[in-house]
Amino acid sequence: MTSEAIRAGGRVSERQVVPPEERERNRKRASRRNILSAMLFLSPWIVGFLVFTAWPMIYSAYLSLTDYDVINNPNFIGFENYAEMMSDPKILLALGNTAFFTLVQVPLYVIVSLALALLLDRAGRASGFFRTVFFLPKMTPPVAVGVLFLLLFNGQTGLVNTVLGWFGINGPAWTTDPAWVKPGLIFMSLWTVGASVIILLAALRNVPETLYESAKLDGAGFWRTSFSVTLPMISPALFFIIIVNTIAGLQTFDEAYTAFFGAGNTTYSNDAALFYVIYLFQQAFEFLNMGYASAMAWLLFLVIMIVTAIQLLVSRKLVYYEGDR
Amino acid sequence: MTGIDVDLPVGGVAAPAPRREPALATVPTVSTPSEVERLRHTGRRRPRTKVGRVLAWIALALLGLIFVYPFVWLVSASFKPRTEVFDNRLIPQSFTFDNYVQVWQEAPLALWLMNTVIVTVLAAVTVTLSSAMVAWGFSYFRFRGRGALFGLVLATMMLPGAVTMIPVFLIWNGLGQVGTLTPLWAGNLFGSAFYIFLLRQFFLGLPRDLFEAARVDGASQWGIFWRIALPLCKPALAVTLVFEVQAVWTDLMRALIYLRDSATFTVPRGLKALVDAFGFGGEWHWEIIITASVITTIPMIIIFFVAQRQIIDGVASTGIKG
Repeated sequence: MTSEAIRAGGRVSERQVVPPEERERNRKRASRRNILSAMLFLSPWIVGFLVFTAWPMIYSAYLSLTDYDVINNPNFIGFENYAEMMSDPKILLALGNTAFFTLVQVPLYVIVSLALALLLDRAGRASGFFRTVFFLPKMTPPVAVGVLFLLLFNGQTGLVNTVLGWFGINGPAWTTDPAWVKPGLIFMSLWTVGASVIILLAALRNVPETLYESAKLDGAGFWRTSFSVTLPMISPALFFIIIVNTIAGLQTFDEAYTAFFGAGNTTYSNDAALFYVIYLFQQAFEFLNMGYASAMAWLLFLVIMIVTAIQLLVSRKLVYYEGDR
Repeated sequence: MTGIDVDLPVGGVAAPAPRREPALATVPTVSTPSEVERLRHTGRRRPRTKVGRVLAWIALALLGLIFVYPFVWLVSASFKPRTEVFDNRLIPQSFTFDNYVQVWQEAPLALWLMNTVIVTVLAAVTVTLSSAMVAWGFSYFRFRGRGALFGLVLATMMLPGAVTMIPVFLIWNGLGQVGTLTPLWAGNLFGSAFYIFLLRQFFLGLPRDLFEAARVDGASQWGIFWRIALPLCKPALAVTLVFEVQAVWTDLMRALIYLRDSATFTVPRGLKALVDAFGFGGEWHWEIIITASVITTIPMIIIFFVAQRQIIDGVASTGIKG
């Protein structure tokens, strides 16, 4: 407490001459001043939170109960938007596409990034160079990744099918065949796996060498060491990657929108690439159904909360935190 | 390389390794600088057989080729005439600059680049300063409810952008800013949760005595922040700056929502417009799209090579904190 008073009130010498009650008053005044300064430093965030998060959340909840096209005033319709969502086949389609994308992409993403990180960990001096190489695609703007997808995965002329042809495989029409659009987008997304690789590599390097030495002394083989030492020690990083990529996967937009939606596409069907946020964006800013889109946003929020909560619950059993009480 | 553990947030965030020691009290962990450095440098911890290492190198070389080739393909294609764009040759059969000339004529590319630079600089500078201010408020001062308030900051990171997207659009619409570049950066004046978290971690790692000393010497609260804490925090500020530059330069959705007129487009929005005009919708001039993609991507590649250390260490630290 005294150190607090010194910190807030100023000089040490004051303490000896000032009577206790006045000292208390000084302390209170100083602490008020302290709070005031703190609030001044926090003010940008507080203002931003109120204007750009809190109010929008409330207003978005209200809008979800209205019919609103920006031009006319919101018209209150109760839960009609939510009821309409249940019978909108495109919602079901978009949810299905998004679930497929996330469920397939996240495990692949984790496996590929773990494999690359393990390789890098064993690469000796070359690891720095290859770390750069693997990370570079992550810097590519998603729009350009969408363009690359259309070019590299083109059924007739694309590089991917050309390479598959060398091995006698007749590659599918990735960009037009509804059955192959999502797998194609998933493969393309693996190209930007770099950040996860770096996070996992850092986690691998953080495993104390001594753990491996004692495992060896105890006669543990490769598999035993992998499952009893490496995996538990990097499980927090793995879990982090799974959570972050799941949330990102559920909101996937840029690449698929670039490749299949927007003003230009009149040539082919894009139902297979209609992900949830793309449909939400269309409803909000192309069809100006702001009320309906707001209701969609809250469903997305609910889905993300549930999925994250499940992952957190599962992680309690599976993720090992050192020194956890 | 030696300095990294001291002056970068990786060190700031990871080096104290909060939960590490207790469980392994009897086992010495990797702690001495030289050892850390050795691991960082060689990346070789457990003894490996020579054969194993060579195999790893071969695998890495093949995979590295897969990761780099799309860039090479794109750059190479941008120098090919229209009829040869899809020939998948590594070296263009007939080399031409025409695509670059043409894309400059077809699209106001200089304007798009300038718009993007303006938005990126404003966004990155404002978010760095405002986040640092807020982070300082959360790390230096002690007041009731601080923990709860900081929890709220972290909680906003969980909120999907879609929930606030429409009302925020209506705010900018009400202010008459739709169609201008303002909505693309002005939200950054109020800090951003992730950077507040990152910078707070860094501030917490600074010795408090330093600020008490300045206080006794009569420095103002702002002076302590601006003249003492902030300069010490440069490495973390650099990470924030670079992360935001990348995020803003590549941002598509906000540009789609707010920009209407081609003259106000940022490069990603412009590239999307080119895809619409010359790609599947219309004239099948993929060479223009390819060339514009190269021009959009190059600045990010340059940023990466300039700030590689900040980016890689910043990314690595995000995982460790998780």
